[in-house]
Amino acid sequence: MFEYAPAPESRDVVDIKPSYDLFINGEWVESLGYERIKTVDPASEEILSEVAHATEADVDRAVQAARKAYDEVWGVLPGRERAKYLFRIARIIQERARELAVLETLDNGKPIRESRDVDIPLVAAHFFYYAGWADKLKYAGFGERPRPLGVAAQVIPWNFPLLMLAWKIAPALACGNTVVLKPAETTPLTALAFAEICRQADLPPGVVNIVTGAGDTGSALVRHPDVDKVAFTGSTEVGRLIARQVAGTGKRLTLELGGKAANIVFDDAAVDQAVEGIVNGIFFNQGHVCCAGSRLLVQESAATAVLDALKRRMATLRLGDPLDKNTDIGAINSAAQLAKIRELSDAGEAEGAERWAPACPLPERGYWFPPTVFTGVAQSHRIAREEIFGPVLSVLTFRTPAEAVEKANNTPYGLSAGIWTEKGSRILWMADRLRAGVVWANTFNRFDPASPFGGYKESGYGREGGVHGLEAYLDV
Amino acid sequence: MTTSLVDVASSDATLRGFLHGLPGVDRVGADQRAAALATRSIKTAAKAHAIDLAISMVDLTTLEGADTPGKVRAMCAKAVHPDPTDPSVPRVAAVCVYPDLVADAVRALSGSGVKVASVATAFPSGRSSLEVKVADTALAVAAGADEIDMVIDRGAFLAGDYRTVYEQVAAVKAACGAAHLKVILETGELATYDNVRRASWLAMLAGADFIKTSTGKVSPAATLPVTLIMLEAVRDFRERTGRVVGVKPAGGIRTTKDAIKNLVLVKETAGEDWLTPDRFRLGASSLLNDLLMQRQKLTSGRYAGPDYFTVD
Repeated sequence: MFEYAPAPESRDVVDIKPSYDLFINGEWVESLGYERIKTVDPASEEILSEVAHATEADVDRAVQAARKAYDEVWGVLPGRERAKYLFRIARIIQERARELAVLETLDNGKPIRESRDVDIPLVAAHFFYYAGWADKLKYAGFGERPRPLGVAAQVIPWNFPLLMLAWKIAPALACGNTVVLKPAETTPLTALAFAEICRQADLPPGVVNIVTGAGDTGSALVRHPDVDKVAFTGSTEVGRLIARQVAGTGKRLTLELGGKAANIVFDDAAVDQAVEGIVNGIFFNQGHVCCAGSRLLVQESAATAVLDALKRRMATLRLGDPLDKNTDIGAINSAAQLAKIRELSDAGEAEGAERWAPACPLPERGYWFPPTVFTGVAQSHRIAREEIFGPVLSVLTFRTPAEAVEKANNTPYGLSAGIWTEKGSRILWMADRLRAGVVWANTFNRFDPASPFGGYKESGYGREGGVHGLEAYLDV
Repeated sequence: MTTSLVDVASSDATLRGFLHGLPGVDRVGADQRAAALATRSIKTAAKAHAIDLAISMVDLTTLEGADTPGKVRAMCAKAVHPDPTDPSVPRVAAVCVYPDLVADAVRALSGSGVKVASVATAFPSGRSSLEVKVADTALAVAAGADEIDMVIDRGAFLAGDYRTVYEQVAAVKAACGAAHLKVILETGELATYDNVRRASWLAMLAGADFIKTSTGKVSPAATLPVTLIMLEAVRDFRERTGRVVGVKPAGGIRTTKDAIKNLVLVKETAGEDWLTPDRFRLGASSLLNDLLMQRQKLTSGRYAGPDYFTVD
């Protein structure tokens, strides 16, 4: 037997402080409140550090700092000067890539292979991309002199902590806005490392402010009267709440919310690559992906072959220590998320779907869930409708392309979809009819800063990435 | 072979229908999968195991116009004792030579357990008549070759004349007798991954015991995606027919890292069953010394200079 020996990435490259304050106006300042939040390594339940739980008064200080920086420095700085800072940040991220990858993996639980090869390179790419736009905004199609909005309040999720920060901060700064960002409660560490990067890049104080906290902190931030723009990525439930709070205030709002994407496999698909796409679609980042291909729609005539191949492939997935370079599936981010995945999976079984997972020993400590597939799923089952946000795939079948479109669109969400076929004309026919912000053809979960991303229906509104992503931060 | 495949080769039309009915290969996806597997990190005990496994799978090869009996004898000595200072190093799987040097190799290797492989069938171009190809094969077999590495007629394959390729492989297989047949697809000339999959199945249907990527005379030779597709083919072929066919990437595999990447592909595509010299070979010449150098580094903790490893 050829067994892979443990190949852990060294955690010596990161220096986690026992405690972090808030990053306001370019300084580390103590919270005015007393509450602290502990952040844990979900793979071991070890406490990594504790961070401030920002209060309404803290948020107010941060917004004031951002306002001052916008009025006096950033809002009046020429685009080419803003670009210099963004390029500098992008280069520092590349230089510190290994450290950031290890930190992300420790705090989030995702495999180092993904944080190293996907998250961090994309983070740097986003800053490089929007740095390029900073002095060319008048050519972006939003008029001769597009103006920034002012102070942006940004609230991001825990599934891609630093990448979501980049998606929010890079276009905001490129367009001339200043930001107050609240990272997720369970994954604040890379955002705090980013605060250090801002200092390293000599970014003027107040342009980027990071306030850690929980739901109440986020709520205080989006409700703050001096905020001009709110950007949120997270659950549809919280998105609705924010939309209600922002309604009637004149604040601009972009929301990137949940999804229940259909990954549609036709009988003429390249089977081996389609199986890779299915695996990548649902097991990438433990399925903690808003655009995850969580519903597999497979053509009836190919269902047996595809499912057999999928199960064979799933048996080779390596679950375990996220820092091990050969790990494919890491830890579930939190006990709460694990409970939600378990609850929905049990509901799937209770509703009559057939559950299968490869033999997969789970570590004793930490939060883990095996890669799981449900067959015999009906459209009415909860696992076919609700976002599980875990490594759980629901398989449905279809006979005709029209039925595939109908089933794919029959969801309140509309973030992404995938099509697998060797027939080009069918790809175009399907893509025209799928109500989803992103449609991948013969691939899945591919991201690029030049490509816009966002949803239809309850998956939110507004686009991030590409030239479209500028619009969310300009007064157009 | 199950009955469903017996009739596949009965006519040009059925053969074409079958080969073109195989699932396609998406180039982008296949490249991505191979690249992802190439990032596996094989360290310490796993690396030591992989190095010994790789050594035992090497087909030590010399295919030069300038080959001499003396050079072949030297290579054979190396094949049996790759590192004369360390008897724990396993012997390689086979040596691979031109037909006229088979007798020298057989003499040098008798009783060693190392197999003698010979290229045949107008290697490397395959541009000759079937009679000549069969005679070439018979010559090598008569001289004592245990394994025959034949080349397919790429011209016929690319022209869509699958039946000719099938018949030639079957005829050479018949001429092999007890010798094992490796069929070289020369994937560097097949242009698409779809063709690599079709050629793999064609060779297996015609009786190949092994399918091999390349002659080593054409670039690109054994790339990871091509080996991946061939491993998928032997896996699917066993599922369909129950018969096990081996895979041999050859050409361009020069470093221990390259060899280990190949072993990872085998493990995670065809499965552990293929991780034996009976089912997987590495066609190479300079690779062996790098494997030995890395092996010594693992056991002693330091690198010895290249002068401490024999050049043959």
